[in-house]
Amino acid sequence: MKTLEQTTDEILNLAARHFKVPRADLQANDDFFKKLGIDSLQALELLTRLENHFGVELPDYEVAGVSDFRTLATRIQARL
Amino acid sequence: MNDYMGKSLSWRVADGIVELALDRAPANEIGLAMLDDLERFAGALPELESKASALILYSKQSAGFSAGADLRELYTLVQQTDTASAAKGVREFLERIHAVLNRLDMASLTTIAAVHGVCFGGGFELALTCDLIIADKMARFCFPELRLGLIPGFGGIPRLKRDIGNGVVRDLLLTGRSINATKALAVGLASQVAAEGEALRVARATAEQVTKFDRPTAVVAKHFIKPLPAEELRREIDIFCKLFVQPAVMQGLRRFVEDTGAHPYLP
Repeated sequence: MKTLEQTTDEILNLAARHFKVPRADLQANDDFFKKLGIDSLQALELLTRLENHFGVELPDYEVAGVSDFRTLATRIQARL
Repeated sequence: MNDYMGKSLSWRVADGIVELALDRAPANEIGLAMLDDLERFAGALPELESKASALILYSKQSAGFSAGADLRELYTLVQQTDTASAAKGVREFLERIHAVLNRLDMASLTTIAAVHGVCFGGGFELALTCDLIIADKMARFCFPELRLGLIPGFGGIPRLKRDIGNGVVRDLLLTGRSINATKALAVGLASQVAAEGEALRVARATAEQVTKFDRPTAVVAKHFIKPLPAEELRREIDIFCKLFVQPAVMQGLRRFVEDTGAHPYLP
């Protein structure tokens, strides 16, 4: 079982890689809409990448209203 | 006509395979321009059916297959007229799109949707007319209509119900959530999943395979296993039109259109 920190770190690595943002610029409490400069379609892309990476199903209503990486990680942890 | 280049889509025929490419920025929203082009395609189908065995439907837009009905166009049209006239216009649009999608559904070709990215609402309904759905690993399927106080109006529920279990249909319809390609494969919505960026290539390989079989036999097999749910499709139009005049719909449309933030496609 991954820890919350491990899950958060994997999310940050994946987000940095796919949205071409330096990993060092991303922190767990960042607003990913603002930090990655993404819109809702790109947020859905991020959601799909996370589902594929972690092998989980994450209904989008569970992440609606979530905008920081750490809370996103807790939602994923609950599905692992 | 063999090849065609319209405002929102194009098609070409080669080696017994028709490729219909949706291509209207930003995400192949289905409004009047797309409907006009789809009707043109439906009109060309008899000739195409005599020359080809398979049809591949795909998108050239990076955002995905299609984000669904053009809600901004719909909102603008509704704003310009009274409720009764708007409702009449919506019914006319639905009658036209149903005629096109029913024709696609029943085409004497083996039809394949190669889906990547968003496949939402009316776009999902367009994909559901196809005999096979091949989903890119990054595809996402959704019926978000209840967020607007509506039900899917382009034949989505009857067609999805034809393909998969009612429990999953209710989950998608009543929660408005989106599902990924893995889930789509697991529930039987998609029949194949392709790696990222590979759905069209996989669809082409599949289309080549179906061209090997006797065409009349393939058509008989298709129509045997995939009947048109005609009565439910008619009922869907009536239910949609009844719901459309409810105040919640205008509020939902306004919320979507006026959303200048990052959230219009999230629940």
